[in-house]
Amino acid sequence: MSHLVEIRDLKVAFDSVQVLHGIDLNVGRGEAIGLVGESGCGKSVTWLAALGLLPGKAAVSGSVRIEGRELRGVHRSALESVRGGRIAMIFQDPSSALNPVLRVGRQITEAVSLHRGLRGETARAEALRLMDMVGIPDARRRFDLYPHEFSGGQCQRLMIAIALAGEPDLLIADEPTTALDATIQAQMLDLLIQLRTETGMATVFISHDLGAVSQVCERVCVMYAGRIVEQASIAQLFANPRHPYTRGLFDAIPRLDGPRDRLIPIPGTVPDPRYLAAGCAFAPRCPNAAAYCDFQRPALDTLADGRHLACFNPVPPANSLPVRRKILEGV
Amino acid sequence: MIRFVSIRLLRALVTILAVVTFAFVVLRISGDPAQVMLGPDVPQDAVDAFREAWGLDQPLWIQYLAYIHSIFTGDLGISMRDKESALQLVLERIPATLQLTIPALLLKLIIGIPAGVYAALHRQSGIDRGVIMLSILGFTIPSFVMGLLLVLIFSVTLGLLPSGGQGTWMHSLLPTITMSIGGIGLLARFSRSAMIEVMGQPYIRTASAKGLRWSDVVWQHALPNAAVPIVTIVGFMVGALLAGAVVVESIFSWPGIGRLLVVSVANRDLAVVQCILLLIAATMVVSNLIVDLLYGWLDPRLRGQAAH
Repeated sequence: MSHLVEIRDLKVAFDSVQVLHGIDLNVGRGEAIGLVGESGCGKSVTWLAALGLLPGKAAVSGSVRIEGRELRGVHRSALESVRGGRIAMIFQDPSSALNPVLRVGRQITEAVSLHRGLRGETARAEALRLMDMVGIPDARRRFDLYPHEFSGGQCQRLMIAIALAGEPDLLIADEPTTALDATIQAQMLDLLIQLRTETGMATVFISHDLGAVSQVCERVCVMYAGRIVEQASIAQLFANPRHPYTRGLFDAIPRLDGPRDRLIPIPGTVPDPRYLAAGCAFAPRCPNAAAYCDFQRPALDTLADGRHLACFNPVPPANSLPVRRKILEGV
Repeated sequence: MIRFVSIRLLRALVTILAVVTFAFVVLRISGDPAQVMLGPDVPQDAVDAFREAWGLDQPLWIQYLAYIHSIFTGDLGISMRDKESALQLVLERIPATLQLTIPALLLKLIIGIPAGVYAALHRQSGIDRGVIMLSILGFTIPSFVMGLLLVLIFSVTLGLLPSGGQGTWMHSLLPTITMSIGGIGLLARFSRSAMIEVMGQPYIRTASAKGLRWSDVVWQHALPNAAVPIVTIVGFMVGALLAGAVVVESIFSWPGIGRLLVVSVANRDLAVVQCILLLIAATMVVSNLIVDLLYGWLDPRLRGQAAH
């Protein structure tokens, strides 16, 4: 089966500091993939680079194909026809992601006209339908309001409406719930799940919240310091996180009920991309690290169960049962 | 909205009153018109007669009240030198000043804003560096230096353009250019920084991610947001349409308000100076008011604040 989007050896450097070290990722039609990792690990940069949305000073190399058609290095107009139409993207802070001086109706209509060729009243009607679809109450009256007259959650719904306007094959949701409070987060996840069911579009869900990812996605890529370190289905990963970093992420999830255990934080911080060691980037924080981990970098290998893992000393499968129980109780 | 405008109008009146009062006091404590007008060797009784004729023998506060009263009745006084209505004298000079300041303002807008926006969109390029350098040069060189430099080059050395006076369009060329260079630099610099700030905002990334053409992203999403700081500067320039030409008119012997002001201050021609300052304050205040109204139109977030 050919994939909808294929990313090969995608690398990004800012001012000759490498922040993305060769990402390989496939997105199938209608599939939902989660990208998980701490801030600064390259989750968003991967997709901003794929869509050519990084600032000019970023040096990007590698290949990004949509249905076999290369996007890297093509003319700006070719990229513009993919953005919004084939691949749409929504962002972390919805309130600042909408243009403050334009009416929201116009911002949606603009995308409708651009991708569907609708004009005038038809475009307006379609924009209103999209506003209804994403759950903006009283859309007709609020069509001509400005973004600052909507709450954060509603702004994110409007962003989703704009993203849906082009009927994209893939929606990149870049931490869409991070800036929202907990109840709105849950509503937003429900909306994303519902829209995916209705439209059949593929979804890439970028988040540092494993719980949210498990609700939306079928497959997860765990990223660390600009590389994918583990990739598996939700079931595999939750049953048995093998990379010590993935395990660390699970250990840091608080529980809603049960005994009040102290959370186990991952010691240290994300390494500065300017001073990455030659070996595994996680080695300085890793409980399983051996001496050679500092000098040799493990490749992302495919295991017998189909998962991809980049670790010399992974967490043994036997250790995973308490984790699974903890997650099932906690999430 | 009506409340907003009426509050602003009231403030504008207070500002104008403050300017008028300041001019009144400073002019009267800094020199004696009788001495200046009549010369140093005039007998005392002639000086006294002059003072009495112009009401200068009255206590200052009575003069002030009489002056304020006459302003409100539309009487801006008589020139001591020309014995004509001060307002008439000033109004006669306005077209000459506008003949320089309006083309200069247009040059500032037409060159300054596009240069700044282009530089912002091509940051770190050679053109960007050129724009930064020229704009700093433009607004750091004082207009009296720039004016003399241009005269030296184009009139004295090359003999292409007249060095002063009013006549053909060629006469207005050098003063207009002199007057516009600083403003072009200032506007280019402000437009550039406003545009760089806006281009880094998340909503610009959203507009690009939507699939909009680059030119639409710039024209429809970025420029309207960059307009507020640019409009502020342009507002000051419009406000200075009458006042901005003092130095340049003097260098190029241009018979406008600026030169009339310099001559009248030197002669202590009280009514004329006060009339000019009143007009300048009024244009400044009116253009500020327009800018305030424009803010609300440009940025809907400021509308709520404007109403309070």
